[in-house]
Amino acid sequence: MDPQENPPRKIVPIAPAHVPMAVDEDSTEQVISLYAAHKKIYPRSVQGLFAYWRWVLVFVTQLVFYGLPWLEWGQRQAVLFDLGSRRFYIFGIVLYPQDFIYLTAILVISAFSLFLFTAVAGRLWCGYACPQTVYSEIFLWVERKIEGDRTARMKLDAAGMSLEKLFKKAYKHIVWVGIAMWTGFTFVGYFTPIRELGMEFFTGNMGSWEIFWVFFYAFATYGNAGFMREQVCKYMCPYARFQSAMFDRDTLIVTYDEARGEPRGARSKKADPKALGLGSCVDCSLCVQVCPTGIDIRKGLQYECIGCGACADVCDTVMEKVGYPKGLVKYSTQNAMAGGWSREQTWRRVLRPRVLLYTGILAIVTLALLVSLAVRKPFKVDVVRDRAALARIVAGGQIENVYRLQFMNAAEKPLHFKIEAQGLPGLKLVTQDDVLVSPTESRWVSVRLQLPYDAAQPGSHPIHFHIRSYEEGEAVVGEIDEKSVFLVPR
Amino acid sequence: MSDFTGNFWHLFVAGITLVGIIACLILLWFSGKAKAMTANDNTTGHVWDGDLREMNNPLPRWWVGLFIITIVFSLVYLAFYPGLGNQPGKFGWTSAGQYDAEVAKANEQVAPLYAKFLGMPPEEVAKDAQAMAIGDRLFMNNCAQCHGSDARGSKGFPNLTDADWLHGGSPEKIKETLVQGRIGMMPPMAAAVGSPDDVRNVAHYVLSLSGSPHDSLRASLGKAKFGACAACHGMDGKGNQSLGAPNLTDDIWLHGWGENAIVNMINNGKTNQMPAQAHKLTEGQIHVLTSYVWGLSNVKAAAGK
Repeated sequence: MDPQENPPRKIVPIAPAHVPMAVDEDSTEQVISLYAAHKKIYPRSVQGLFAYWRWVLVFVTQLVFYGLPWLEWGQRQAVLFDLGSRRFYIFGIVLYPQDFIYLTAILVISAFSLFLFTAVAGRLWCGYACPQTVYSEIFLWVERKIEGDRTARMKLDAAGMSLEKLFKKAYKHIVWVGIAMWTGFTFVGYFTPIRELGMEFFTGNMGSWEIFWVFFYAFATYGNAGFMREQVCKYMCPYARFQSAMFDRDTLIVTYDEARGEPRGARSKKADPKALGLGSCVDCSLCVQVCPTGIDIRKGLQYECIGCGACADVCDTVMEKVGYPKGLVKYSTQNAMAGGWSREQTWRRVLRPRVLLYTGILAIVTLALLVSLAVRKPFKVDVVRDRAALARIVAGGQIENVYRLQFMNAAEKPLHFKIEAQGLPGLKLVTQDDVLVSPTESRWVSVRLQLPYDAAQPGSHPIHFHIRSYEEGEAVVGEIDEKSVFLVPR
Repeated sequence: MSDFTGNFWHLFVAGITLVGIIACLILLWFSGKAKAMTANDNTTGHVWDGDLREMNNPLPRWWVGLFIITIVFSLVYLAFYPGLGNQPGKFGWTSAGQYDAEVAKANEQVAPLYAKFLGMPPEEVAKDAQAMAIGDRLFMNNCAQCHGSDARGSKGFPNLTDADWLHGGSPEKIKETLVQGRIGMMPPMAAAVGSPDDVRNVAHYVLSLSGSPHDSLRASLGKAKFGACAACHGMDGKGNQSLGAPNLTDDIWLHGWGENAIVNMINNGKTNQMPAQAHKLTEGQIHVLTSYVWGLSNVKAAAGK
């Protein structure tokens, strides 16, 4: 291509720019350290619609997490991932490692759910369902019950050591450790039968790996929910950083109505803000005090915002108290804020291509998973040719091939397998044609096939094993064909 | 521990490792001291593409703590594990050593099981379902490569299920085969038999012994020349297990059936070897395998499983 046809490349030099802000009187340059000391955040407790839903989600997710391993299904734990024997029990389903594709499907579904929720309503996951948020919420609740709300906690931390402080701190940490240990124990209970694990715990017979994982998970819970909190979201979480790819100007975010709120300022309840030249924001700073990540939502959308809506809740309370309309801080979109859209106008923009695409893919993958699970046969068969002999000639001039068949029973009852070899005229099965496999067990069986001499040309011939699985009492469970080859020597 | 003959590379590796760790520490220390100029709005003042401003967000200080933990960890690790040149570390750990320890531990766990089987005669072990399950695994891992996963062998590798034994099928003989291995040697016999035509005649006589299709005229001529073979295979051709000479009368053809195969064998001979397993398997494993192989051709007796 002629280089002259190329449009000239725009080159912007990297150079210190003379930013107009330098005119600002407090914008002199300053010297800072490369590392910032951790500023502890003392979120104030908050009530309201979004706080209510956050607690609903806390209860729902934790009821599932703590409760699920205790459910029984027949004679076993309903949900158990038995890594040792490589069987994964999920209610009525028994999965083998070969069923890994289902995990992939679940991960794809999880990812697209995240994308969808994020595109529609921003960091819903972060603010309401993420374990980091949920456990921080639980740990904060404990902290509040023992040490008091924001101001009391700040005062306690600032005070010198006293018997009371020691007691409160020790009490809090003991409760935290208790919750953390229970969480670690529950986590391990998904991989080791939790009732036996409980017995082993009390009799001191827990295996060393189980002890390690209980303590590891407990330590992670204690550290992340008790100390790291918003630091995890700000500095560690990768999802926080790539979600901007799912955002657009129609995504719901927690916004501050700057046009209405500014100029902010304290005023008497009776005073008319218009006469004072003030906006609706009374500058009570409660939105900053309740924020679990310690930001000021009035500065606009910031990467630290996890979209929990605590500031919206508290601002509504204040607006109500001073008799202004609610919604100075609310869930809205950038387009809606700019255009002053009504709620209906905002919601209409939800059905945009990005959202429809995420929904479509999510629906397809979910449907595929459900259909695949519904038509899944509770057994598998693998055919492996014998590794020693390609073919042999046996008495009567028969050509014999040897195969090893692995029968994997994924049902919780014994299954019979009826074997037939098809695909070549004269092909005959000379070993047992019926194999019994115990519940959830797998079994290798060697199988011999014979073909009369001259019945086929020398070389490789495609054949298949037709396997019919049935229960005791002839109820057919399913039939499958497994491909292989029959070799005729020269 | 390693393939270097001189000491230089060990010192080089150890030096680079330690210098790297110390350099990391010094870098951390300097970056902790260093200050950056920043505008009050927390930007560096760098602007790209007209409106992209570079922020100047400091790293949280606890992150430095994580760096220091990794440095402490690396020093502790190097003190206890190999990593500094040819220093073996305090624990003297090697992957081979870990493997040996795991094998020893596993052997210790199964020792009582094998002790139980060793105390039983092979005929009894062959009836024990657990022993046979172990035997099946041992066979798959150590024998199936030649004898096939169904133990029926293939050309040159004997079928172990047909009650036809080259060296004897009693448990004692099977164990002997497993422990010491076997070498089956058929010498080239063409010179002893006579002319190429004589060789063909003998081949037909051999075929006639098992009632296989043959030329009866050639067979009757070959009978006179069979004397050369009788030293090992016996006058009646029924073989000799103490020599490992196969029975020629049973229509089992380990090295191929038909005139050509037999002529070839007489002319060229063949040496066939079963490798000794004593150095590979433990006494208990060999005992279980003996019982398993014995059970293969004594199905009735082993039907108890």
